[in-house]
Amino acid sequence: MSPHNASVSTHAFDLVIIGAGPAGMAAALRASRHQLNTLLIDEQPEVGGQIYRNIRSTDPQREKILGSDYSHGGKLAAEVADAVAAGRLNYWPGTSVWQVDTEKTLHALRDGRAVTIQTDAIIVASGAMERPFPVPGWTLPGVMSAGAGQILLKNASMVPGEPVVLAGCGPLLYLIAAQYLRAGVKIRAILDTTSGTDWKLAWRHGRDLLKGWRYAQKGVGMLREIRNAGVPFHHGIQDLRLEGEDALERVRFDSGGRQHTLDARVCLLHQGVVPNTQITWSLRAEHHWDDTQLCWIPAVNEWCELSVPGIYVAGDGASIGGALVAALQGELAALGVLRQLGNTDSGTLARDADGLRRQIDTQLAIRPFLNRQYRPRDEFRIPADDVLVCRCEEVTAGSIREQVALGCSGPNQTKSFSRCGMGPCQGRMCGLTVTEVIAQASGLAPEDVGYYRIRPPLKALTLGQLAQIDQ
Amino acid sequence: MVANALFVRLPADRGADSSPPTVEVYLNDTPLRLPANTSLAAGMLAAGVTRFRNASVSGSARAPYCMMGVCYECLVEIDDVPSQQACLTQPRAGMRIRTMDTLPGLAFPGDAPQSADAPAPHGEKA
Repeated sequence: MSPHNASVSTHAFDLVIIGAGPAGMAAALRASRHQLNTLLIDEQPEVGGQIYRNIRSTDPQREKILGSDYSHGGKLAAEVADAVAAGRLNYWPGTSVWQVDTEKTLHALRDGRAVTIQTDAIIVASGAMERPFPVPGWTLPGVMSAGAGQILLKNASMVPGEPVVLAGCGPLLYLIAAQYLRAGVKIRAILDTTSGTDWKLAWRHGRDLLKGWRYAQKGVGMLREIRNAGVPFHHGIQDLRLEGEDALERVRFDSGGRQHTLDARVCLLHQGVVPNTQITWSLRAEHHWDDTQLCWIPAVNEWCELSVPGIYVAGDGASIGGALVAALQGELAALGVLRQLGNTDSGTLARDADGLRRQIDTQLAIRPFLNRQYRPRDEFRIPADDVLVCRCEEVTAGSIREQVALGCSGPNQTKSFSRCGMGPCQGRMCGLTVTEVIAQASGLAPEDVGYYRIRPPLKALTLGQLAQIDQ
Repeated sequence: MVANALFVRLPADRGADSSPPTVEVYLNDTPLRLPANTSLAAGMLAAGVTRFRNASVSGSARAPYCMMGVCYECLVEIDDVPSQQACLTQPRAGMRIRTMDTLPGLAFPGDAPQSADAPAPHGEKA
């Protein structure tokens, strides 16, 4: 099964994998070992996804700052590079998918040129994005996500030029704090939106914590590193406000019944990550609202296959499980594709798949604790009336509530009323908030409120690029 | 290194390459050297740009938020094509970049003060 060119820009493969993070890399390696004609595509110039970003071109100093979890991705990335060099795997960096359909035709921009790809199976490994953090002033320059801070460190060795404020909750917030401290960056304060470790909760999840002890131990180590550095740490903060004229100047918050004001030009926000479901929604695949992770999860069978036959989803794009789970799910999805294509012994497949599922279960043991401990509080997900929900079209939570009072019962109606979700980001930054604001205002469950009807093009393209499609 | 930049490069002994390869681009018609192997958005931040574009309704200042292709706040004009994601673009020699903070935007007349007293493109100061 070799690729053939139907026209200049059309390619055919057995399997196309979207996203070269841990899930996509592991899926690609498994599939290529079984001689599937596989194409791995990714938006970035290098493999690794967000978690292992720039893993192929980092240096020992930066690796020391980023820590051993980051270095772990090096092995996968090296194997992918070997497979590509040996001609066992096709890899297109700098490629953005803007349409996927149920017939398994993909349209993408490869280095700015339109390409069409036909395939028998697709694994969507598009990963996670950070949960929106709608607070007053979150659109000001200088206010960024903690993930953005990490990407600047991994990709460009860049750090805040002056003392930085970190606000929110979750492992990634403490990780970037520890990494900044190792890099000699001054942290003005950490504003924790949780009330500290809930020991009663930890006790209840004792068995899970024991199973996930490696992970728990790392978390405790990071928190100790931060505490030993003497960084001011405020627990259970409320009423977070980011203020400034044309850029961030001050961070205000309440803590311990007192109002605080910190001068700062950079504030990094984080309250967990959620699956990036833009592609799976565009396929009209079945999704469900997950009350423990407070986000949409695409429905999958035991082989990671969506309700759309032949299209699979693995990694954090399926449900948040972290990099190790993502790699295991990538392999499992690849086995699902082998099963679908029917050219591998089914007994071997079933045995391998069971082994992977057991490892996934062990790795996921700590998640219920993390989901409870770092559950973002309502006030930071379902904001007050004056807060911008849709950054692109500048629609406030209050305006969404007014539209609900007028009879809007879902995000597609509020979109028609206010353009909320219609700007350049196509609802990526406001979708979850809008679902939850409508749910709260209407008394409906998020599951019944639903989500935006996501349509192609998933990425902006010019008419010229569209005209290159040769059909 | 630019005074006032929100983000700066780590010194070499703390994790950065000592002299990364650079390319010359034009930012709002002013020549500027940027590291070749980092995203355009990162390079512009280190060059002291804090206003990448104006919000399309109020005209308020916007700059990168996510750095991973999700938020679309880093949109700039590249080689005459507007609304390109700077965080997903690598700088190329001779690239002509314009911040999108002088465009009239989509606001109705009188909605925002951006046409009459538009702020100077920040890049020219950088």
